[in-house]
Amino acid sequence: MTSNYLKLQFYSLPRNQAFARDAVAAFCLELNPSLSALSDVKTAVSEAVTNCTVHAYRGNLGIVTVECEIEGKELHIKVSDTGKGIPDISKAVQPFFTTLPSDERSGMGFTIMQTFMDEFSVNSIQGEGTVVYMSKSFEAEVENA
Amino acid sequence: MKVSGLVQESTLYIYLSGEMDECSAQDARARCDKLIEDNANAKKIVINLSDVAFMDSTGIGFLIGRYKKAAKLNTPLYLDKPNFAAEKILNLSGIYSLIPKAE
Repeated sequence: MTSNYLKLQFYSLPRNQAFARDAVAAFCLELNPSLSALSDVKTAVSEAVTNCTVHAYRGNLGIVTVECEIEGKELHIKVSDTGKGIPDISKAVQPFFTTLPSDERSGMGFTIMQTFMDEFSVNSIQGEGTVVYMSKSFEAEVENA
Repeated sequence: MKVSGLVQESTLYIYLSGEMDECSAQDARARCDKLIEDNANAKKIVINLSDVAFMDSTGIGFLIGRYKKAAKLNTPLYLDKPNFAAEKILNLSGIYSLIPKAE
């Protein structure tokens, strides 16, 4: 059962990347996360939101939606856009795959989301948009690195 | 993101400070490259990450870009003192095989 819910909508401006990850981090503080878990969430959100700016809406202004739900000790995050979509998801999630190598893109975004979060999935329809879903459990977080 | 440089015994030390993301990287890129160009005779370059409070995968692209820049000048590049969060991304990316840690 959802015990807390947050929905953020903002322009796909680069300067909103820091705002989005900090807002999600602040929202999940009630789960009493370790610093390392908090940093994982911030990084994963930053990757997802950056993808909206850089890929989904490249060159255009669009709306990014970040929804978070707290359910027990679980944090669920959904980052969605109505941008151009991903033509080949299996390729896009491969480590080091990037469509923009000339921009110094590492191609590590999805790999980081996958590695830093417990659950990760991505759905996309070309011309309609992309939804990234991630979750992380804050159970058994004892250390405070 | 702040970028500052210091030359000591033919080594160019570049200090990055703040949050490294897609938004802040562009400006940091230009300032880093200027430091590298202005000190083209440096024997090595060490990028100090101790004050980088946040870094996402943009940081990997950024560091590889500076590595290429330094390689053109035949100057070896090293990374120093990433915090635990930056270290996690650096390890995941395998970047240390390209840009080793400073000793």
